[in-house]
Amino acid sequence: MLRFVVRRLLQMVGVLLVLSLLVFVWLRSLPGGPVSALLGERQTEARREALERALGLDQPLPVQYVRFMQRAFQGDFGVSTQVLPGEDALDIFLSRLPATLELSFFALVIAIALGIPLGYLAARRKGTALDTTSVIFSLVGVAVPVFFTAFLLKYFFAVEWNLLPVSGRQSIGLDATRVTGLFVLDGILTREWDAAWDALKHLVLPSLALATIPFAVVFRITRASVLDVLDEDYVRTAEAKGLTAKVIRGRHVLRNAMLPVVTTVGLQVGALLSGAVLTETVFSWRGVGQALAEGFLQKDYPVLQVLIMAAAAIYVLVNLLVDITYALIDPRIRTR
Amino acid sequence: MSPKRTVASLTAALVAAATLASCAESDRDEGSGGGGDDGTFVFGAAGAPEMFDPFYATDGETFRITRQMFEGLIGIEPGTAEVVPELATEWTPNDDGTEWTFALRDDVTFHDGEPFNADAVCYNFERMFDQNEAGQTAGEYWGYVMGAFSNDAENSLYQGCEATDEFEAVISISGPTSGFPTMLSLASLAMQSPTAMEEGDANGIAAEGEGFSFPAYADNPVGTGPFAFGEYDEANGSITLERYDDYYGEQAGVSELVFRVIPDESTRRQELEAGSINGYDFPNPVDWAGLTDDGNTVEIRDAFNILYLGLNPEANPKLKDLKVRQAIYHALNREQLVQTQLPEGAAVATQFMPDTVSGYNTELEPYAYDPDEAKRLLAEAGAEGMTLNFAYPTEVSRPYMPDPQKIYEALRTDLEAVGINVKVSTAAWNGGYLDNVSGEPGKYDAYILGWTGDYDSAYNFIGTFFGNLKDNDFATDVMPWGKQLADDLKAADAVVDEDERGAAFEEINRQIMEEYLPGLPISHSPPALVVGPGVDGLVPSPLTAEEFDTVTVGGE
Repeated sequence: MLRFVVRRLLQMVGVLLVLSLLVFVWLRSLPGGPVSALLGERQTEARREALERALGLDQPLPVQYVRFMQRAFQGDFGVSTQVLPGEDALDIFLSRLPATLELSFFALVIAIALGIPLGYLAARRKGTALDTTSVIFSLVGVAVPVFFTAFLLKYFFAVEWNLLPVSGRQSIGLDATRVTGLFVLDGILTREWDAAWDALKHLVLPSLALATIPFAVVFRITRASVLDVLDEDYVRTAEAKGLTAKVIRGRHVLRNAMLPVVTTVGLQVGALLSGAVLTETVFSWRGVGQALAEGFLQKDYPVLQVLIMAAAAIYVLVNLLVDITYALIDPRIRTR
Repeated sequence: MSPKRTVASLTAALVAAATLASCAESDRDEGSGGGGDDGTFVFGAAGAPEMFDPFYATDGETFRITRQMFEGLIGIEPGTAEVVPELATEWTPNDDGTEWTFALRDDVTFHDGEPFNADAVCYNFERMFDQNEAGQTAGEYWGYVMGAFSNDAENSLYQGCEATDEFEAVISISGPTSGFPTMLSLASLAMQSPTAMEEGDANGIAAEGEGFSFPAYADNPVGTGPFAFGEYDEANGSITLERYDDYYGEQAGVSELVFRVIPDESTRRQELEAGSINGYDFPNPVDWAGLTDDGNTVEIRDAFNILYLGLNPEANPKLKDLKVRQAIYHALNREQLVQTQLPEGAAVATQFMPDTVSGYNTELEPYAYDPDEAKRLLAEAGAEGMTLNFAYPTEVSRPYMPDPQKIYEALRTDLEAVGINVKVSTAAWNGGYLDNVSGEPGKYDAYILGWTGDYDSAYNFIGTFFGNLKDNDFATDVMPWGKQLADDLKAADAVVDEDERGAAFEEINRQIMEEYLPGLPISHSPPALVVGPGVDGLVPSPLTAEEFDTVTVGGE
């Protein structure tokens, strides 16, 4: 297992190196750039050239890339030009990460907590009203754009019924103590229960909006997988052996049906990261996704480079974790 | 996982959590809790501030915040674009307009308790003038209005500052210009505490990689305004300013001023409807009526901008013919465009500046919408069926063009109606559009663009467009009158007497519209801002330079 993990980690370094080159070249091959974003209508040829010179953007691409890598190997990924000018791009990622982790975690919890039981129940009661309703509900989750779901959630729960906040991570003037940057956890750790409760209330709507697609996917995969397993010979054998329904469901059906579900959940982490770009923007959630959206709009190269590569690293790491979990669920994989 | 290992893992997790919890303690200040005596005004901002040192800032979201903390020698009369005394009580030029004596207020202190006086004024000007290479690039507004920094002193408008008395400073400039001293009302050129700048190494900006790293001072600025810096909660996207109790003028109406960063416009509206913010800027014009119906107040500013159709005769030589340019102008149904695509209060432009700017020519009439005349002129010029590479920007909304694509479609339809073949070009605002417009040579024959004035100066509008012969978006250097126009603009700008200067600019405006027509002014659009119920005292500014110290927040 250790060798497997080490090999995968080494592969990850290779992936990131190649990606760094691709992202670097890709960003700079897009028309426009940070100079336009900085100068706006005030842009003239002379001003643009002066600013490009000052930022080193007038150098040939290979020179820029070598300089970037030289600095990157020393842990210096450059400073933001627009998202938070002057701030270290890596620091921006690290300071925004807790917000995205908190949001993604709650969204994933919602997706799993609803998706797996509902998928299982829908499969067990195939063709019933519960099954049909759940399938339609999951289809709507995939089909409706996140911004529209978000708009409706905000409109009803925040504006009309005033039950939850519209956007943001914490109410103004709360003076909450920050420890980890995960506001709910911080409130619990510092026993500032009002702050934890306030942060939790702020989390509900964005988590729900972000969870819609992963929920739908998890639900449908669980349902399909359970249906497949229910048809397997070993389930029939177990029933013939006279095992109790509880043992059959727990040990034979659910455990075997979980393999594709776990893979799917892993893949959904990537989907969550991309979904976070939109969700964080419409909920004013100061996370990585919002920084990414802002970075793209303002062509903030250092921030974009760090965020894209970090997102890739997280994605690869999560998939590694999925593979390890896979091996734990299915002992045959460990021996291969 | 065996039960034994599960128990071990759980125990380890619990121990870790308990350890973390014991390390984490509340650092709440029991006495605080926000709000204050006179309440909090929460404003929804579309973007986060770049930093808090206005000298290096370039964007409106930053200036909106710094304007509440800092003041200039010269201020702006609320609700107008007219300059009024602020930290200087009066200013007088010498005969040739190269030395300006500023009498200063004697009752002002910075937020750090340091006195404001002539030495502080000169320290500020020398600080702005004396920038390292990175600072010269980042100090964009100084470069824009003063032309150069200390390393190129002879090309700088600013020449020096002398404290002739404790409360009297003399600023020397290289020659008279309409922009001085009006430019001292710019948020970028505000007065800051010399002591705080010294301690925070305010000029310690450095180029780092592809950006600039800013000194500590940029995070903790000190001015003289009615509000002092409180905190920037970056993780939650909020900036808190606190009322400065020792302010020399009338105390601010609220104890706390909070800016919440809410990038999405529909979310800002929902926040206002939910009552969690008290106002926001640039509500979508289609929402104005609905917002008013819901009990909010939509404050419409006077327009201080211009939307124009830029023409580039270098990219399309047919545009060198005045008749072709006039034909295009006659083809455009601007009245309809203003009524259908622009917000309430928008007006058809007769020249390249709004009527609030000194030097506006009141005698100019708008070019009539006359497709037949357009066709006749095109025929006369032998340009029937000409093709125009006409561009608009995406991913942008500006006060003068809320929806560029819709404006473009309206103009395109008009052009095609008189037989002009339009080749559609488009690019993202920061994704090549501005590069293509301002590049040498520019890539588009025609493009839509605009400008919001920085201060009340004709040169700030038409000088920006046509004053730099070699580097302007209209390629006037290929036109026989281009140099004359640039020279005339500079000459008018240097006239010391205000009335004479105004008359000179009026004449240039006439020439631009009747003889040159380098581009086609389309319209002026008034941007709005909206405040919720219970908010009083906000005076909308044509320069989008609202000061929030007059705002009060009543009951729910």
